[in-house]
Amino acid sequence: MKTKGNFMGIPGPAWLGVALVAAALLVLPYVAGMAGTAWVRILNFAILYVFLALGLNIVVGFAGLLDLGYIAFYAVGAYLYALLASPHFDIHWPFWAILPLGAALACVFGVLLGAPTLKLRGDYLAIVTLGFGEIIRIFLNNLNAPINVTNGAQGITLIDPLSVGEFKFSTTSTLFGLTITGPQKYYYFLVVVAVLVVILNLRLQNSRIGRAWEAIREDETAARAIGINTRNVKLLAFAMGASFGGIAGGMFSAMQGFVSPESFSLLESIMVLSMVVLGGMGHIPGVILGAVLLTFLPEVLRYGVEPAQRFLFGRSVIDPESLRMLIFGLALVLVMRFRPAGLWPSRLRKRELTTEVTP
Amino acid sequence: MLEVRNLHVAYGGVKAVKGIDLVVAEGETVCLIGANGAGKTTTLKALARVVPGQGEIRYRGQDILHWPSYKLVGEGMALVPEGRGVFSRLTVAENLAMGAYCRNDKDGIAADLERVYKLLPRLKEREKQIAGTLSGGEQQMLAIGRALMCRPRLLLLDEPSMGLAPIMVQKVFEVIQSVAAEGVTILLVEQNAQLALSIAARGYVMESGAVTLSDKADALLTNPKVREAYLGGE
Repeated sequence: MKTKGNFMGIPGPAWLGVALVAAALLVLPYVAGMAGTAWVRILNFAILYVFLALGLNIVVGFAGLLDLGYIAFYAVGAYLYALLASPHFDIHWPFWAILPLGAALACVFGVLLGAPTLKLRGDYLAIVTLGFGEIIRIFLNNLNAPINVTNGAQGITLIDPLSVGEFKFSTTSTLFGLTITGPQKYYYFLVVVAVLVVILNLRLQNSRIGRAWEAIREDETAARAIGINTRNVKLLAFAMGASFGGIAGGMFSAMQGFVSPESFSLLESIMVLSMVVLGGMGHIPGVILGAVLLTFLPEVLRYGVEPAQRFLFGRSVIDPESLRMLIFGLALVLVMRFRPAGLWPSRLRKRELTTEVTP
Repeated sequence: MLEVRNLHVAYGGVKAVKGIDLVVAEGETVCLIGANGAGKTTTLKALARVVPGQGEIRYRGQDILHWPSYKLVGEGMALVPEGRGVFSRLTVAENLAMGAYCRNDKDGIAADLERVYKLLPRLKEREKQIAGTLSGGEQQMLAIGRALMCRPRLLLLDEPSMGLAPIMVQKVFEVIQSVAAEGVTILLVEQNAQLALSIAARGYVMESGAVTLSDKADALLTNPKVREAYLGGE
C-alpha cells in the first residue's frame, strides 16, 4: 500500500490539506474565544465527544456489536480520575498517571461487559449493554454507603485540574507574550491527544485486527471458517473501545472539576451512538464529523433559537428549550431519511445501501 | 489424516450424531451422503470444531477434540460452510484476501492468489465485483477459493451443490476435482449422492445420526439399498 512520497497512506499533495487543517486547529480557540469562553468550552466538549465516538465506533462500526451502554466506560474513567485527584479521599495523583490507569480500568470493564455477551448479537446485545450502562450509573449513585466511595448523587467536587509542575490548565496565564485562558490550554492538550487517537484508529482499521473486526461484522461463521479467533477479537473490540471512553472520562473530570452520576445517563450513550451512526458508521472522518456536528448543533440552537423567534415574531412564542430539542430531533430524522449511510459514509456502507445483495 | 471414533453431538437434549466412526486418508476424497437431517452437516461442524462434540477426533495424529476452530485453520483444516458464507459486502478480491488471514507470508499469499485465480478464472474476471452480487455458483467457487487461500491440507465441504443450477453444480464439482488432483484431502458432505460418489473414492452413508454403510464409491453406486434410498433407483 505504501508508495514513495506517501506517509500512512496520505499522498503528497494532501499534506497541504493536513497543514491547512493544522493551522485552522491552531487558531480555532482564539476565534472561538472572541465569541466567548463558553464557545471554547463547547469546542473542548466536541473533542471529548470525538474520543467517545471514535471509541464506540470500534465496537459498533468496526466490529458491528451494538453497544447502548458505552457511556459507562466514560463514567469509569471520570470517576477514577475524580477519586484519585480530589480532596474526597485526599489523594492527588498527577494526571499522566491517572489517565492511562483510567484507560486500563475501562479496558477491564470492557472485557467484563464483553465476556458474558460474546454469543449475543443485535437487539439482544443492545439490551444487555443498556443494562450494563445503567448498572454502572446506579452503582455510582448509591455507592455512598456503607463506605462513601462515590459520594452518591452529590458527586465529587474540587477535582484537580490538569497541571504540569506549576503550570495549571485551569487558570489564565501568559506564555511568550500571549494570553491563554484555561479552556484554551485544555483545547491544545485535547487536540494533541485527539491527533494521536485518530492516528491510532486509522492504524487499527488497516491492521490485521481491523480486518478481523470487519470479517466478524460481515459474517461471524465465515470469520471463524477462515481462522479468526472470534472470541478474543470481539473482546479486543470491547476493550479498545472502552479504553478510549476511559481516557475521555478522565479528561472530562479534570476539565469540569466536578462529576456526578447524572452526566452518565442512557441519553448520553444514545447521543454518542447517534454521532457514530449519523456521521458514518465505521468511517473515521465521518464519525469525527458526526461528533463535532452533534455537539455544536444543540449549542448553536441554544443561542440561536431565542433571538430568531424575537426577530421573526417580536417575542418568544415557544419555550426555546423545547424548540431547540425539537429542531435537533427533526435534524436527526432528516439526515437519516436522506443520507441513511450517514453524512460521510465509508465505501463499504455506501455499497451496502446501494447494491442489491443476494444472501 | 482424519480419524473419528464414536463421535457424539447433541444440540441441547437432541442427539444429532450418535457415535459415528470415520476415517479419511491423506490425499483421499471421501463423501458423506444421506438424507436431510441425517446429521451430515453436524458431523462436519463438529470436525471443524464449530459445534462441540464428544468422542475422539484425531487430525494428523493429534487429538483435536478440544481445539478452538481458529487453531485448526492454522493447521490446514478448512471448512467451506453450508450456504457458502462469503462476505457478501466485500469484493471478490477482498474475500480472498480475508481467506489468507491465518498466514503472514506475503509472497506465498500472492502466489496462492494466482493459483486460485488460475483454478477459478471466473473469480479473476469478477475480482472487483461485490461478492453478494455473484451468482450462487460463483459464490460457492469464491467460498472454495477463499478456503484454498489458507493452503489447506484437508478441505471440508458442506453441501457445495445446494441451491445451484445443474450446470453450476457440474462446474463446482469440476473445481473440487481439480483441487483434489492437487493433493488436497477432501471430505465432502452432499445430498446429491450420485454426484458425490462419482468424484469420491469412498463414501459413508448416514441415517438419523449414525453411519449405516461405508464402502468404495463404485460399490455404493451399485448397492441396491443406496440406489433405492438416495439415487432414485429402480
